[in-house]
Amino acid sequence: MKNKEPSQQLIIEGAGCASCVGKIESAIQSTAGVVSAEMNFADRTVMVSGTAHANELIKAVESAGYNAKLLDNAKADQILDEKEAADWEYYKKLLRDTFIALSLGIPLMIYGLFIGEMTVVTTTERISWLIVGIATLGVMYFSGKHFYVGAWNSFKNHSANMDTLIAVGTGTAWIYSMVVVLSPDVLPFLARHVYFEATAMIIGLINLGLALELKARGKTSQAIKRLIGLQAKTAIVIRDNKEVEIGIEQVLENDVVKVKPGQKVPVDGEVVDGHTAIDESMLTGEPIPVEKNVSDQVVAGTLNKSGLILFRATRVGKDTALAQIINMVKKAQNSKPPIGRLADSISAYFVPAVMIISVLSALAWLNFGPEPAIAFATVSATTVLIIACPCALGLATPMSVMVGVGKAAEAGVLIRNGEALQTASKVTAMILDKTGTITEGAPKVTDIVLANATDEKSVLQLAASLENGSEHPLAEAILESAALKKIELLKIQSFKAITGQGVKARCEGKSLLFGNAKLMAEEDVDLTGFTGRAQSLAKEAKTPMYFAVDGELAAIIAVADPIKHDSISAIKRLQANGIKVIMLTGDNRETAAAVALKVGISEFYAEVLPEDKASKVKELQNLGEIVGMTGDGINDAPALALADVGFAIGTGTDVAIESADVTLMRGSLHGLADAIAVSKATLRNIKQNLFGAFIYNIAGIPVAAGVLYPVFGILLSPVIAGAAMAFSSLTVVSNANRLRLFKSRES
Amino acid sequence: MLIANIVGLATIALIIWWFWLYKPEAKNALKTDVEVIVKDGVYSPALINVPTGKPIQLRFTRLDESPCAEMLLIPELEISEQLLVNKETEIVLPALTIGEYKFHCQMNMYKGLIRAI
Ligand SMILES: [Cu+2]
Repeated sequence: MKNKEPSQQLIIEGAGCASCVGKIESAIQSTAGVVSAEMNFADRTVMVSGTAHANELIKAVESAGYNAKLLDNAKADQILDEKEAADWEYYKKLLRDTFIALSLGIPLMIYGLFIGEMTVVTTTERISWLIVGIATLGVMYFSGKHFYVGAWNSFKNHSANMDTLIAVGTGTAWIYSMVVVLSPDVLPFLARHVYFEATAMIIGLINLGLALELKARGKTSQAIKRLIGLQAKTAIVIRDNKEVEIGIEQVLENDVVKVKPGQKVPVDGEVVDGHTAIDESMLTGEPIPVEKNVSDQVVAGTLNKSGLILFRATRVGKDTALAQIINMVKKAQNSKPPIGRLADSISAYFVPAVMIISVLSALAWLNFGPEPAIAFATVSATTVLIIACPCALGLATPMSVMVGVGKAAEAGVLIRNGEALQTASKVTAMILDKTGTITEGAPKVTDIVLANATDEKSVLQLAASLENGSEHPLAEAILESAALKKIELLKIQSFKAITGQGVKARCEGKSLLFGNAKLMAEEDVDLTGFTGRAQSLAKEAKTPMYFAVDGELAAIIAVADPIKHDSISAIKRLQANGIKVIMLTGDNRETAAAVALKVGISEFYAEVLPEDKASKVKELQNLGEIVGMTGDGINDAPALALADVGFAIGTGTDVAIESADVTLMRGSLHGLADAIAVSKATLRNIKQNLFGAFIYNIAGIPVAAGVLYPVFGILLSPVIAGAAMAFSSLTVVSNANRLRLFKSRES
Repeated sequence: MLIANIVGLATIALIIWWFWLYKPEAKNALKTDVEVIVKDGVYSPALINVPTGKPIQLRFTRLDESPCAEMLLIPELEISEQLLVNKETEIVLPALTIGEYKFHCQMNMYKGLIRAI
């Protein structure tokens, strides 16, 4: 530790001119405990040294008329670096421990197997084994200290863990061997055998297992590392008409940030100048770069591909979408699905139970075993303690969840917690909202069928002028179509909206009518020859509207909400998984039927009011289905909340992160299929792990106790038990890592 | 032989009593700011009594390098926090209602209990 005053850094808001510097500095300096305060005007930070509390400093700045907050130095990537450095240190320590223990254990084992007997008969043998015993004690101290200290500490707390088992197991073997060496006379002649090699080997092997496990564990957090790595380190902001490069943690809200092509967007914001294409695939999984113009949103962590932009920071620091995603993924990675609870409740009883079995096994050998019974009893008791592995049980669920949730995040799927993960894997019925989920959610003019009018352009001009100001979603489509063709709008008089029918108005002396067949009938417009055409348009999931000028039909304008290009294949993927796919929509029956037919959904409900969506969910649940609901998170919130799993579909990164069980960051329904696939794969992985860990312990412990001995004459050596135990937890972590290879998308 | 059997059964009885039947008593007074050391496989204190209705600050210092000690979870409160070696990590709990809140590592090897009374 360096003997230095502690220092902290504050970010100052509202300091507009250089003269503020002195004011702020003196305000801070007059706070008790401050040794010095130095402000950097370019990046609006003050470095304060001294023992004053941050809150006091902030108060002082505020009383001088500015806002301040503490600069959070523990940035995510720093934490990550520190963690990796600590892990690396620990890894080296474990390998060193392994080396020390094995360099005693392996020669001893070779001696016992091929060269001599490990029994104590002569005085010379006693002396040499005493030296070996002391060397083993050295190994126990240097390489195994953490097991013994950990065991003792948890014992004091009335709890027991793997350390307890290792400490008691290796301790028993060593004490027995020392008794053989120091006072052989208390033991029968045949039982005078030493097990120093077992103690040394077990400590070595378990340290080796822990080292390898640590390495494997590092890989389980790859996804979160990748997300954290997306953060830019610095940002160029414009302050006082000058460009300054500052750390991203110093960017304030409303700062104007400049991003050049090839650079990462440092914080969230709204474009104020320039246009570009931005690659958002790292967050959304959407491969095609997104065009950004003035007033579009940009998101931290995404990559600017082509143009230079200036944007105004709207969310900085912990509030950016990326920071929230990282936070959420981290949280979800550490939450446990219900399937893991059994293992948890078992682990509370596991270690003491193993200790009891170990004692019982020793008693059985003492009472019924062959001579030398006491040696057999010791070996079996030790082996039972060593082979039992509570950590394999403990690791089974968290390791898979860690990898699975991370893998999902890579595909742009944010899973809220372990429970959502597990339920998502069991969904039997999936309700899809039509608008915005299956379809783009933005209607477009698809057809203009001319009747008495002569050209599309004039029809569109009049129709658009008429619809200008109307808030109907179909009106928007027509206006957009007119805008695309650069058609000027005309002035409208005596506008009148007729609910459920359409609109009427006058324009340049003509009377205009725009609406459905009902409106036309009421206004005596002759539709002869065109109703058939309108019907066939409706069958194609389009909404036909009649447009009449001066009482005569001018044209039919059809508007449709196009189906997303990959909805069909994504729905196929869901159905291939055995999931019943159901469509809900507020649209009319005809449109709904046409869309359902096109995307291959046989069960659909049309004209469903938003408030009835939730009752549809309930209905399906009452039929015993596990219901997933996919919608846009705003209109569908009640249904999303009621469903067993709610999937909120977002477009881009503009997502309601807090609202749903699962958030799909990209608009494509493949995200949904990915979410189901990842959760299924993760659950399968967890089951494999749990099964493996249970079977390992259920089979291993009795064999170690010697149940095979009466029939087959097999009794495990404690060394083999040590190896088995070390590699059982390694296997669990490695199996979880297999999930990383999981490919969610069908290629 | 008889002695060995008696010793064995007594050991079993002791294990059952010590690990399962014994109910620990928390000694610390009600505090809203608690320091917890993570070292050698345990949290100390492992049993924390806190008052209800007030936000609680827990300051964890992890002195244990084992990867098990890395994550601190309080499932009931949906809290999961990464603890850095040789660093203090502050966790602020919301005002609690009366009850018991377990905290543990990711593998449930390190265990502790917060009792809001
Ligand atoms: Cu283990």
